[in-house]
Amino acid sequence: MPLKLTVNNVATTVDVPPDTPLLWVLRDVLNLKGAKYGCGMGICGACTVLLAGRAVRSCMTHVSAAVGQPITTIEGLSPDGLHPVQVAWEALDVPQCGYCQSGQILAATALLAHTPHPTDAEIDSAMNGNLCRCGTYPRIRQAIHEAAQAGAPAQKS
Amino acid sequence: MNRRSFLQMSALAGGGFALGLYEMPWAQAQRRGVPRNLKPASFIRIAGDGTVTIMAKSPEIGQGVKNTLPMMIAEELDVEWKAVRVEQADLDEASYGGQSAGGSTSTPNNWQPLRRVGAAGRQMLVAAAASNWGVDAAECTTQAGRVLHAASGRSAGYGELAVKAATLPVPPLDQVKLKDPKDYRIIGKSQPGVDTHAIVMGKPLFGIDMSLPGMLSAVIAKNPVFGAKVKSANVEEIKKLPGVRHVLVIDGTLELGSFIDGEPGMEPGVAIVADTWWQAQSARKSLKVDWDLGPGAAQSTEGFKTKAAELLKGTPANTVRSYGDVDGALKGAAKVVEAVYEYPLIAHGTLEPMGSTAVYKDGKLEMWVTSQAPPGGRALVAKAMGIPESDITVHMCRIGGGFGRRLMNDYMVEVAWLAKQVRVPVKLLWAREDDISHDAYRPGGTHGLKAGLDAQGKLVAWSQHLITYGDGKRIVSGGGIGGDEFPSGYTPNYGLFMTAMPLILRCGPLRAPGGNAYAWVGQSFLDELAVAAGRDPLEFQLEILSNTPVTASGQEPRAKGPGDLNPERLAGVLKLVAEKSGWVTRKKGTPGHGFGIAAYFCHQGYFAEVAEVSVDKDNKVTVNHVWAAGDVGSQIINPQAAESMGYGGVVDGLSQMAQEITLDGGVVQQTNFHQHPLIRMRQTPPIEVYWRKTDYSPTGLGEPTLPPILPAVGNAIFAATGKRVRTLPLARSGFSWA
Repeated sequence: MPLKLTVNNVATTVDVPPDTPLLWVLRDVLNLKGAKYGCGMGICGACTVLLAGRAVRSCMTHVSAAVGQPITTIEGLSPDGLHPVQVAWEALDVPQCGYCQSGQILAATALLAHTPHPTDAEIDSAMNGNLCRCGTYPRIRQAIHEAAQAGAPAQKS
Repeated sequence: MNRRSFLQMSALAGGGFALGLYEMPWAQAQRRGVPRNLKPASFIRIAGDGTVTIMAKSPEIGQGVKNTLPMMIAEELDVEWKAVRVEQADLDEASYGGQSAGGSTSTPNNWQPLRRVGAAGRQMLVAAAASNWGVDAAECTTQAGRVLHAASGRSAGYGELAVKAATLPVPPLDQVKLKDPKDYRIIGKSQPGVDTHAIVMGKPLFGIDMSLPGMLSAVIAKNPVFGAKVKSANVEEIKKLPGVRHVLVIDGTLELGSFIDGEPGMEPGVAIVADTWWQAQSARKSLKVDWDLGPGAAQSTEGFKTKAAELLKGTPANTVRSYGDVDGALKGAAKVVEAVYEYPLIAHGTLEPMGSTAVYKDGKLEMWVTSQAPPGGRALVAKAMGIPESDITVHMCRIGGGFGRRLMNDYMVEVAWLAKQVRVPVKLLWAREDDISHDAYRPGGTHGLKAGLDAQGKLVAWSQHLITYGDGKRIVSGGGIGGDEFPSGYTPNYGLFMTAMPLILRCGPLRAPGGNAYAWVGQSFLDELAVAAGRDPLEFQLEILSNTPVTASGQEPRAKGPGDLNPERLAGVLKLVAEKSGWVTRKKGTPGHGFGIAAYFCHQGYFAEVAEVSVDKDNKVTVNHVWAAGDVGSQIINPQAAESMGYGGVVDGLSQMAQEITLDGGVVQQTNFHQHPLIRMRQTPPIEVYWRKTDYSPTGLGEPTLPPILPAVGNAIFAATGKRVRTLPLARSGFSWA
């Protein structure tokens, strides 16, 4: 059944079963490989994307639930990597292996859109669903504060 | 010594040069400090326009070698780091030397050779300029990719000199001049990850991101019990499901005996190959397999616990090291302390599950792999497929975590086998559930410890009996223990014994193998002894490290190498972490609050860590702060990334404290991160990392940062509660993370 999606501001139609996880539509149908498969249960956050500005676990989100709502993936966060969160991530060289980082960046982006100057406790709460197996958490925390100082632009929701 | 150590120079189309190496036995080069016999490859390419490309030889698993190794070359080549393009090398050990990432060896093994490669390149470019200008090369200097002749004010870019340089003789590597470290402009300065920009842009870098025209995706339904075989499966039914192209029963090549190797052969299962991975994974839900469970099904964690307790009471089967008179010393001791420490099997759980991509065509394989040890992987594939290694091309993808799991290459064999069956490009990706329940587990162990203190509270005897998995004298992969396990050699009477029990399950090295368990056991028990002696654990351990090392009778004293404990260096990091954490003046005696200290030497690196914890009335533990001090020699090559590795080791060690893999009816009971948890951001303390720079050659950071955190936290919990954590995971000692 054709489903109409808006991914990174581009309207597209996909023909997949409506219960297909959004993650696999993004990765294997739309060839957007930034969102990652980590657990398939919504535990690890590697698959995080923005759905109408909210951070969602795309591995647990049926593609049908994304119809009619803007989807932002890491590829659509900025054309040039100049989103303040991306800039802060680069400045602090946050990634180790890097596998979880697109999810971390989008979770941080959603946080900053609603809480432009988060406390450590607010960061902990917002980022609690995103695991990092390499242990980049201290750097992520630093990067979120740095992005907050630089002023992350509010996301449309 | 053979001085025919050669660089190979080739001219590049467009007026550049490529600098490669000739026949180099890498390990030997490292041992002697000077490389020789290098085979042709192109570590460095300089194009006519001055573009410098440096090859990253080893797999990048998050440890940062895609920066650190090219940085070594760039430093001595004397180019601007920002101007360097780093390119991942394909597998070609004859050209590049060792291309495995494991044992924290990348830095120590490459420190001499790669700097010399860079220096040789620089020397040739200088020679080219000197020849062009008719001046003495000794009058020329280099700076940021240019050769300068101050006397005449002339200068030329490397790109302009490349063509000429390609015609000049190549200097022997052992005769090139290396920089004085005080002149370093790249090494010792933080250089952001060469892939960081691509990562934050979501570019397809990882094994899982591979895409080839006409590629199919595969999942393998793994057996419920290790070694279980497929009796029958509803293959025809699954073949009819959407997108499914092939359903293949894997009989496997696994042979179960009393000892299961780290690479035991191909495991049985059912592969589903479909147009997309989700179709394959969805089809799996309808898969019905009748399994022959085999002997593994008789195993349970409870059974092993009972067996270990019995073995602990008996006579040890093996003596790892024994000297002095432990029994006599214990009899004469003023105080004897006994304890049993126990820790479980745990899984690696890399965030990117196992997988790789392969194409089989005309009897040859091309592979895009996620292995930490691609040379071993290619050899394994060659053997399994019956084709020569030279017919297997291996490309290395960026890898979503290694931690030792990818030293095993089972997924490489699987995808090669699949590629041959389906005859189109195929990408294999394990489901997370299979990844956790079919890991090569960190072996569990039980240690019976007994130690004696004299009337002055000095350690006079230490006896340790390890019960672990294996067969006879052999311990399963990832569980080896050496006779130099601290405090071996630093107490007058010592015995280390080992008894193995067979396990029908695969084990393998997990980050800081051995150390991730033995540091916790040894450093926790040492803390118990300090308490029993009424002494401060720091002072107690420093005293032990100040003892003259004991050499067992009948044994020649070993020459001290970087793999041997240098007590001064371990004491050095202990003192540094004590200073930074305020150990001596720490707050003591507050119920529910405490500090713990621990140190460990492994993989040529020295780390000491202090943890400060709070424990609430429900025994929920919050780690408030961690201080880490490390000594990995004279250079911290990439400081910001090195500090991150310090964070990573601490976070990883904390995660390990709450993890376990258990067996019931041979079935692994944990399948995903909810049952085999990683700590989360809110559970991550502020971590401070300090370096003690010493005059030793730089060594690696992948592993030595990890081991001390487990005992540091355990000792802090004791300081806070008076309760000793002797069983991991924490829950089995009555604690959990807040």
